[in-house]
Amino acid sequence: MTATTPSTPAAPAASGATPRTSPRKPVRLRSRAPHSVARPRRSVLMTVLAGIVLVYALVPLFWLVVNASKTQSSLFSSFGLWFSGDFALFDNIARTLTYDDGIFGRWFANTVLYVVLGAGGATFLAVLGGYALAKFDFPGKRGVFATVIGAVAVPGTALAVPTFLMFSQMGLTNTPWAVIIPSLISPFGLYLMWVFAAESIPTELLEAARVDGSSEGRTFFQVSLPLLAPGIVTVLLFTMVATWNNYFLPLIMLKDPDWYPLTLGLNAWNAQAATAGGEAIFDLVITGSLLTILPLVAAFLLLQRYWQSGLAAGSVKE
Amino acid sequence: MSIRTTRALRAVAATGVVALALAACSSGGGNDSGGDAGSADDVAAALEEGGSLTVWAWEPTLEQVVTDFEAKYPNVDVELVNAGTGNDQYTALQNAIAAGKGVPDVAQVEYYALPQFALSDAVADLSSFGADELDGTFTPGPWSAVQQGEGIFGLPMDSGPMALFYNEEVFTQHGIEVPTTWDGFVEAARALHAADPSVYITNDTGDAGFTTSLIWQAGGQPFQVDGTDVTIDLADEGSTQFAETWQTLLDEDLLAPVSSWSDEWYQGLGNGTIATLAIGAWMPANLESGVPDGAGKWRVAPLPQWEEGASASAENGGSALSVPAASTNQALAYGFLEYANAGDGVQARVDGGAFPATTAELESDEFQGYESEYFGGQKINEVLAQSAADVVEGWSYLPFQVYANSIFNDTVGQAYVSGTTLADGLKAWQDASAKYGTEQGFTVNE
Amino acid sequence: MTTTSPPVAGHRPPVGAPSSLPARRRRRSWTGWGFVGPFMAVFALVFLAPIAYSIYLSLFRTQMVGGTQFVGFENYARAFSDPQFWSGVSRVGLFLVVQVPIMLGIALLVALAIDSGRLYGRNFFRISIFLPYAVPAVVATLMWGFMYGTRFGLVANINDALGTSIANPLSPDWVLLSIGNIVTWEFVGYNMLIFYSALRVVPTSLYEAAELDGASQWQVVRAVKIPAIRGSLVIATIFSIIGSFQLFNEPSILQSLAPNAITTYFTPNLYAYSLSFSGQQYNYSATVAIIMGVLTMIVAYVVQLRGMRKEA
Repeated sequence: MTATTPSTPAAPAASGATPRTSPRKPVRLRSRAPHSVARPRRSVLMTVLAGIVLVYALVPLFWLVVNASKTQSSLFSSFGLWFSGDFALFDNIARTLTYDDGIFGRWFANTVLYVVLGAGGATFLAVLGGYALAKFDFPGKRGVFATVIGAVAVPGTALAVPTFLMFSQMGLTNTPWAVIIPSLISPFGLYLMWVFAAESIPTELLEAARVDGSSEGRTFFQVSLPLLAPGIVTVLLFTMVATWNNYFLPLIMLKDPDWYPLTLGLNAWNAQAATAGGEAIFDLVITGSLLTILPLVAAFLLLQRYWQSGLAAGSVKE
Repeated sequence: MSIRTTRALRAVAATGVVALALAACSSGGGNDSGGDAGSADDVAAALEEGGSLTVWAWEPTLEQVVTDFEAKYPNVDVELVNAGTGNDQYTALQNAIAAGKGVPDVAQVEYYALPQFALSDAVADLSSFGADELDGTFTPGPWSAVQQGEGIFGLPMDSGPMALFYNEEVFTQHGIEVPTTWDGFVEAARALHAADPSVYITNDTGDAGFTTSLIWQAGGQPFQVDGTDVTIDLADEGSTQFAETWQTLLDEDLLAPVSSWSDEWYQGLGNGTIATLAIGAWMPANLESGVPDGAGKWRVAPLPQWEEGASASAENGGSALSVPAASTNQALAYGFLEYANAGDGVQARVDGGAFPATTAELESDEFQGYESEYFGGQKINEVLAQSAADVVEGWSYLPFQVYANSIFNDTVGQAYVSGTTLADGLKAWQDASAKYGTEQGFTVNE
Repeated sequence: MTTTSPPVAGHRPPVGAPSSLPARRRRRSWTGWGFVGPFMAVFALVFLAPIAYSIYLSLFRTQMVGGTQFVGFENYARAFSDPQFWSGVSRVGLFLVVQVPIMLGIALLVALAIDSGRLYGRNFFRISIFLPYAVPAVVATLMWGFMYGTRFGLVANINDALGTSIANPLSPDWVLLSIGNIVTWEFVGYNMLIFYSALRVVPTSLYEAAELDGASQWQVVRAVKIPAIRGSLVIATIFSIIGSFQLFNEPSILQSLAPNAITTYFTPNLYAYSLSFSGQQYNYSATVAIIMGVLTMIVAYVVQLRGMRKEA
């Protein structure tokens, strides 16, 4: 491991553009030392260890898929991790979608509405805010982020009842706005955009635009926004997850099941089993849960190109 | 720095204004906008004239009632909303009343929670609308539960006189007799568990309603209320009798550690590992829908007695329909109440599987002669109606029973998972409840 | 180190290559407010106003019999001597000290493993381990709740199959661990991704230098990678700490399955919720929540200070 080891530039040198390439060191301790940092030897052991984490992450999801295919009675009497009894997946899905006059579909539509307006709005606000924090020096700037983080530290329960009272004075409770407005604030989104904007928008570009006589607004939309695209997609995806999975505040704000998001709806179905005269529909709860997570999973898989580069570029460098 | 301070000051001022405004609005309480006490004539007129009503209830059989009601009174439009069951409903109701907005015209309130709403004048006194004429329409338990002082604060919707639901197949299989006394129940528990260690006579992880009902049956009166004067004594004779008997079951691990209403509970009822349920008369509907595997195996027997040969029972659950005081449609709301709980609505609900609270239905031949297929053809309503008549009189709940029940598991519940005894747990429950009562301004004696 | 940073956050807008150009003529004017204004306006409505109202509420007391009175700091005095409150605080403190390091540790190790390029199928790993984040807490808790059942759940199945007798995950002794498991499961992928993304932008020049110095993989990790992502580590830790102190969703949903193990004061947030919604004690609930908020802010601030100080 001395610096005098002869290096063989050859092919690897050509790949100087790619991260982490370097001349190969001859391996002395064959089984121990890695080939190099550049072209590391694939490790089975590491794969297995990471695989354990993978299994840990996927087992409950597998459980969900398997059990969504069972009827309620075989749900109770069979081994949790494998199929058994009649294959009732499509049957369950049909029943989930039609139970109670198709309220599940309504819940789904509600969730989409909240996500589009809530996450969309949150991303918009975060982009504007992050841009300001990154590229402008304004009075009170130091206070802004401190206040935001400080407020996030306050438990949601402190805010729940006061927000509820406030919103009901304004006539907003039991309406979609009661769910959408609180979800417009994403401190993590703000932080991400701040970092990303600082990284990817050269100040000279802005100066040039200003010199050319462009207003701040125009500069923002025409110059900065395109540069922020990957970061925007990232923040959008994260706020989408947050609004899709929103539970606590809607629980207090909404009383009419017609306006429930999917999380509240599933919880209500689960609670239904616990009432005198209520019908136990655990199989629908499970199937419904599966249907609830599919859109998000799909969104992440399809858009992974964008958010991965967004997160990467937006990370903090020291 | 100064700019920040100015900004902060401005923010504080703004929120201060908001806060004061809110305080002014919300301290008005729930009593202001309610209509004045009307009369029976007003009710009839309101039904004629029509209007719209919002009903918050989770009872599924009300759907049919609403349809029938709208057919009979075409000018009335009823919106039935399930705003949550039990505590969720009460929270929502209290929130709405505090905010002064979004209060429903009719709300389903369980009997144990009704005193709380009655005391704070959150629900309207229905006597002037004609409720005082309904004496005798309802069974004693529910009827006394909806009264507070001189007023009547709701009409009973269903009732839950207790009985012993048991899985006959399990008992026959192990050759054990169905117990008729609680001592016999303990014996049977031992025998069952010895014969098959996976079988328990019943499940229990600490349920406030169950415990209070059993104490009720034993003649205990741990909660006594006189206006704002409250006495809590969970060590009286009835309570102690319950604690001693039940402690035996706990000590010998004879109770399935499964929470009621969980998926494991439904499983246990279906596969015979939970052999009995001492529970309210509304249970058959739940068994039919939630435990299809148990069809034909279950039967109903009278509740085991504390004394050989006695015939005492208690109510477990059940709810009334009330009219929140903040409703602007009280007369119309009462019209709906009367229809649903003392009129044609009762039969519609019974057909849907509800257990009524009206003596007429309970004593009718048709009702009593009903042979339940799920229960192997047994005439279950005979047993259940008898239980309704046997309910011990003189029971009351605390004016803050909702809170007390919410801390039941924190206190008594600990006896189920640690070495604490039930008696100590009950004492802890008593102390915590008394502390809360004092904080809330009641005079509490222990 | 020139720009003083807001007390809590991994701020210090990263000074990478592009911005090291001279003459940052950032205009100290009000223009910035035009952009951050909308965010702050909604923020004031949704956070500041309710917090102010909460503080206001905490100075009063409302009784079922007797109405509302101003009581000054009595509620705070009561909270400081309330054993239930402090048992909740110590519980989330314990949770914090155990669960956060474990979760972040696993996340970091996985991120490093994926970044090292030594895994087979690393894209698959990255996506799959991240998936649990997409699952709502309600669904996750319901799933794990079903699986934890010792009579008919997965635990029972395992016991039957392997002849073991795993302790009941929902008993008072184990329930905190079980909840920790659920939270770890939910967030390990999310944190892993944050670390991984940070690792991806570590300048290659650092690796080349280490290579030249003859560092082993492990030394590279210790001396190059981890210090390079310090900012992400700090931010992830802070958000995890805040999340731990506010633990609510998982215990609340599991409560019906384990009513005796999860008391109404299991976590401070749950306590505040029960006070409000079961006991109508809005004022005391506001007090508890405010105290927790302050505690959280202090801890987060300390973490941020220590985290930033290490970078000499």
